[in-house]
Amino acid sequence: MKAPILKTLFGKADVAPPPDIEAAALRSDRFRLEREHDWRRLEDIVARMEKGRLRGLSDEDVLALPALYRTAASSLAVARETSLDAATLEYLDSLVQRAWFQVYGPRQGFVGWLRRFLGGGLSRAIRAIWLDICIALAVMVAGTITGWLLVAQDREWYYAFVPVQFADTRVPGASREVLLESLQVEKDAQGMSAFAAFLFSNNAGVSILAFALGFAFGIPSLMLLIHNMAILGAMLWLYADAGLTLEFAAWLSVHGTTELFAILLAGAAGMHIGRSMAFPGSRSILTAAAESGRRGAQVMVGVVLMLVAAALLEAFPRQLFGTEGRLIIGCVMLLFWLAYFFAFGRERKA
Amino acid sequence: MTARAAPHLAHRAKRRRDVVTPEGIALPFTVASRSARAGALLLDLTLMFVTGIVVTLALIWIAGGLFEAIGGPGGTNGAIEFIAVFWTLFWFLLWNGYFMVMEMGPRGATFGKRATGIRVASRDGGRLTPEAVVARNLLRDIELFLPIVFLMSAPSGETGAAGIAAAAWFLVFLLFPFFNRDALRAGDLIAGTWVVEAPRAALAETLSTEGAAREGSSALTGAEYRFGEAELAIYGEYELQTLERVLRDGRPEALESVHDAICRKIGWNPGSGDERAFLEAFYAQLRARLERDMRFGKRKADKFS
Repeated sequence: MKAPILKTLFGKADVAPPPDIEAAALRSDRFRLEREHDWRRLEDIVARMEKGRLRGLSDEDVLALPALYRTAASSLAVARETSLDAATLEYLDSLVQRAWFQVYGPRQGFVGWLRRFLGGGLSRAIRAIWLDICIALAVMVAGTITGWLLVAQDREWYYAFVPVQFADTRVPGASREVLLESLQVEKDAQGMSAFAAFLFSNNAGVSILAFALGFAFGIPSLMLLIHNMAILGAMLWLYADAGLTLEFAAWLSVHGTTELFAILLAGAAGMHIGRSMAFPGSRSILTAAAESGRRGAQVMVGVVLMLVAAALLEAFPRQLFGTEGRLIIGCVMLLFWLAYFFAFGRERKA
Repeated sequence: MTARAAPHLAHRAKRRRDVVTPEGIALPFTVASRSARAGALLLDLTLMFVTGIVVTLALIWIAGGLFEAIGGPGGTNGAIEFIAVFWTLFWFLLWNGYFMVMEMGPRGATFGKRATGIRVASRDGGRLTPEAVVARNLLRDIELFLPIVFLMSAPSGETGAAGIAAAAWFLVFLLFPFFNRDALRAGDLIAGTWVVEAPRAALAETLSTEGAAREGSSALTGAEYRFGEAELAIYGEYELQTLERVLRDGRPEALESVHDAICRKIGWNPGSGDERAFLEAFYAQLRARLERDMRFGKRKADKFS
């Protein structure tokens, strides 16, 4: 039924001159022949835009695009009522649709989008989900305390929480020296960048998961947060028991303020979607889900960028600085993120 | 206009949706079939795997060359480390970035979607924003990879009842497109997008300017075909458009059998050898009649109406 595909590959050059309009026996064919030239011009412009070759477009073409699009759209409306030529109708349907995608296509390139995103879009999206951030923060604190209390009561819980790869030397009953050694400063940066890359791709995977699971009304996101924070609580208890609270906090905070913040945001973004689907208010569920999903996606791009920073911090400053240096870096990063997210890019009320 | 789907297009009419653009034009969209989307996904995954494996092999080859050149693991740590970093980041970007970057482009489609003739569009008739593309692709993990992992591990029994429960739960996401009529997957739902057909039809020739449709008589035999009102009143739009396809395809055996069928129906004595001219003339006169009626608001969908 369809014209062979190869024809569209090679067929460009041999467009036959349109037959003369008076020759057409049917009124609907005369209608078509009179407008065919405009349609072909529109098709040509659209094809070039689809290939991303904007430089080949002349100013006249760009200016003519909206007018040509409206002409084609009205031709389609007329043709549907007056013509029974299935091939022409099919062509016009596809032409108008393709032109519509270009006329209403993205008006900015990736760079323009990124600039607007970093210059306030991200901050606004994060401020818009403040309630979910508060809930996620409360859940994370609760998870940490739970982990601590459970392990303090019964040490067996430690093995239940902490995965095997963390529980190498860091187990209940380990001496203070052993634990201190695990917080040691490394001699050189050998192997650190590979470590950073691994950390990043691992953490980004986990936070994307936390976000995606929010779709199921947010419950799995919360469970993921509680589980991870319980591990933290258990390890915190371990070091506090050995009198190393400050050292551990410094070791953790250098990247942890960035990383935990990012995970907090990922969980909150996931929950935002779940919450708005469970309680859509006066909107339809689909609209509510779409709105919150787009907002959440912006937050998630920010989360991935934060995790890049966290991985770099974890690999280099954490292993190369002492306790004070670690604490300072950690606090500075936290202040930076807070200022960027909650103070930056506020729109002046017009 | 009423939706009178021709029988051969009935299955497509079920997937047809009209979207009203911001300027008030109703644009018809056809929701992409689930099989086209599955095909596009398979193509994309194959492409990603092949690219990933080729790059991995190239990196292994480079690393091997480094060992050879320097003669031992001693001095190559920096270079090997760079390769490891590159490899990790490459997989991350390939896995998460391919779909996003491709769908943000002007075609709104990955290579697989282009090959199957579909694209991503915004459900409300507005623009397809980068945020929407990001949102719909972040959910791919729980819709595709986790269900497959759980489905493979659950039957072995190692993970127990929890594994089976998790598999069933993730199966909901995997099968999500089968439970709504727009074939939305979970990612489409939260991004406010859908996947529609993006036909690229070429403009065909006008039939009424060629051959017997124009002249009213056959160039071959000189016979002039004129049909009366009663003969033209038999058929409707569906038959007209079927005849149009037969004429455009131009297969001799199809022309012949359609010629026979029409002659039988209108009670003419079928000759042979001049089928095309006969059909062209019949097409032009039938279309002229149906379009004239159409202008007066009378439509005849097919021969039964």
